[in-house]
Amino acid sequence: MSGRLTECFATLKENNRKALIPYITAGDSNPTITVPLMHRMVESGVDIIELGIPFSDPMADGPTIQLACERALEHHTSLHDVIDMVSEFRKTNTTTPIVLMGYLNPVEAFGYEEFAKAAKECGIDGLLTVDLPPEESTQLVDVLKKYEIDPIFLLSPTTTEERIDKIVHAGSGYLYYVSLKGVTGSSALNVDEVASNVAKINKHTTLPVGVGFGIKDAESASAVAAVSDGVIVGSAIVKIIENNPDDTDTILDQIGALLSSMREAMDK
Amino acid sequence: MSTVRTETVNGRKNSQIKNDLNDHDLSNVDLSTIDWDNLADENGHFGIYGGCFASETLMEAIQELDEAYNSLKDDPEFQANYDNDLRNYVGRPSPLYHAERWSKQLGGAQIYLKREDLNHTGAHKINNTIGQALLAKHMGKPRIIAETGAGQHGVATATIAARLGLECVVYMGEVDVERQAPNVYRMKLLGAEVRPVSSGSKTLKDALNEAMRDWVTNVDNTFYCIGTVAGPHPYPSMVRNFQTIIGREAKEQCLEQTGRLPDALIACIGGGSNAIGLFHEFLPDLDVAIYGVEAAGHGLETGEHAAPLSMAKPGVLHGNRMYLMADKDGQVVEPHSISAGLDYPGVGPEHCLLKDLGRTHAVAVTDDEAMEAFHSLTRIEGIIPALESSHALAYAMKLAPTMDKDKTIIINLSGRGDKDINTVAALEGIKL
Repeated sequence: MSGRLTECFATLKENNRKALIPYITAGDSNPTITVPLMHRMVESGVDIIELGIPFSDPMADGPTIQLACERALEHHTSLHDVIDMVSEFRKTNTTTPIVLMGYLNPVEAFGYEEFAKAAKECGIDGLLTVDLPPEESTQLVDVLKKYEIDPIFLLSPTTTEERIDKIVHAGSGYLYYVSLKGVTGSSALNVDEVASNVAKINKHTTLPVGVGFGIKDAESASAVAAVSDGVIVGSAIVKIIENNPDDTDTILDQIGALLSSMREAMDK
Repeated sequence: MSTVRTETVNGRKNSQIKNDLNDHDLSNVDLSTIDWDNLADENGHFGIYGGCFASETLMEAIQELDEAYNSLKDDPEFQANYDNDLRNYVGRPSPLYHAERWSKQLGGAQIYLKREDLNHTGAHKINNTIGQALLAKHMGKPRIIAETGAGQHGVATATIAARLGLECVVYMGEVDVERQAPNVYRMKLLGAEVRPVSSGSKTLKDALNEAMRDWVTNVDNTFYCIGTVAGPHPYPSMVRNFQTIIGREAKEQCLEQTGRLPDALIACIGGGSNAIGLFHEFLPDLDVAIYGVEAAGHGLETGEHAAPLSMAKPGVLHGNRMYLMADKDGQVVEPHSISAGLDYPGVGPEHCLLKDLGRTHAVAVTDDEAMEAFHSLTRIEGIIPALESSHALAYAMKLAPTMDKDKTIIINLSGRGDKDINTVAALEGIKL
């Protein structure tokens, strides 16, 4: 599959480190900020970037990501634009894996084959479509695999062992474990429960498991890193943009500082 | 890659209906070979439409629902409870009424109204909420949530929740809360909590998004009662099955009153539950012409409408693939209709397949045409129809005059118009 994702996790493992994976919505709060922000996040020590495809109806997301989508859509940020942003990013960074994350309809409107081809050309490494369970994914996954793009799937606290088995075989790159019942931006992270569920998943696969939902500071990042292969941070970052939509410097500085503190805590 | 359906019922095969995005042309299918009761495969695919496009956080709850419904749908005790409620609580069967004076005025086919407006709570919606609430109770879920547009589904859910002693939360777009104020108050009287939704277009689709978010968060104790024949499998099939009582009664009543099958059926389509409820029983009767009437809003050419079957391409939203109003980037477009119950950018997957098969005709009428029909039926027959149902009536005003006087049309009068009098008065510049 994608060389970059596999290599990234292999290197981390060699060095006994865990992946720090931030999520931002492309085009939030405006399209010009996205690429500089991606570079700043890399400088702050992240390993992989999840770049959100804005969608009008983000059903699995809480208010923070919903508003991020709305801000991006005010600027009409389309999937074409997201692909252009990755091309721009790749001019100076050819190593950090990029995973697009969003809902199926923009990808379907683009066309599966057309999307996969364009994504491969611009250096996108994975795709996570929140509303596409493996049962419905055969046609898209076949196309993604043809272009060596990793299909990333979600697992949740309610996923049965039977489904875990199905999901780990459908996905590649890494698995995204949703740490709690609820939408993005919820609180109430239970690290013990995460630990036991990640252990359950590990019995079915050798794929790395990243954990997202409910991680908002260095402390929670470090706690989750201790029991998984990676920490995914979304709403906590997006909240900084929400609070300073017109202030690029503050956005870059505060997000940089948050991620640096997480990196430091995770590496201790 | 193509997944060809091979299930066989009564010796018939629906293998011509393919689930392949690259190859789903159905124009050459021989309709006489179709098994209409089993258009969907076991995973709810109506050709390329339908399916279960839900986030992993919901999959377990959806599968639990699917299993519970499958174990109960043919259970005699469950069916007896349901039938008993329809008869003694809802007041079924609803009459099939020959609107003689209106038929005469239109000067063509004889028009029969299937009076779902006479049901308890004033619309067809209760047929479905009773079924789902009985299921919720059986599954031991103490809390039931719903989305609503016009408020009819919300009222029907709040009603049955009151009767079964279930906690009830209804999500409703802010715009709809305003234009359907009487229904909001009814829900509150019934003990439901109405949560206004301020995201997106503040209408039905956003209420659905918010209900899904609630479900994801409270999945252990909550049953999501969807009001239409859309959403992730098994909702489209389950809701249809709870609504097909409309068509079964109508067929029997029509045979009794006219001695033969109708020549045409007309129903309005938002998500499509009242329409599929009437249509389904008649699908094998290929001589019966079937018209689904969408909301053309300000006119199809203006783009301000709620007519995905007429105007849109397939897309994925709210757990299923369907004809979906979206822009070239796949962003969902805000629909427009004077009628809150039709103000939805998608349409149930079975309707999408029926249209592609050419079994049903997708037509549309404007806000103005629906208003004209609203007044016409009210003045000529003494029946105030819901603005949703007025769309079906408006199409009948076009179709009936083109047919002979000995032909018959059944219209699903899906709801009563009491809830709409504020909207209508405001349009006429009258303050109530």
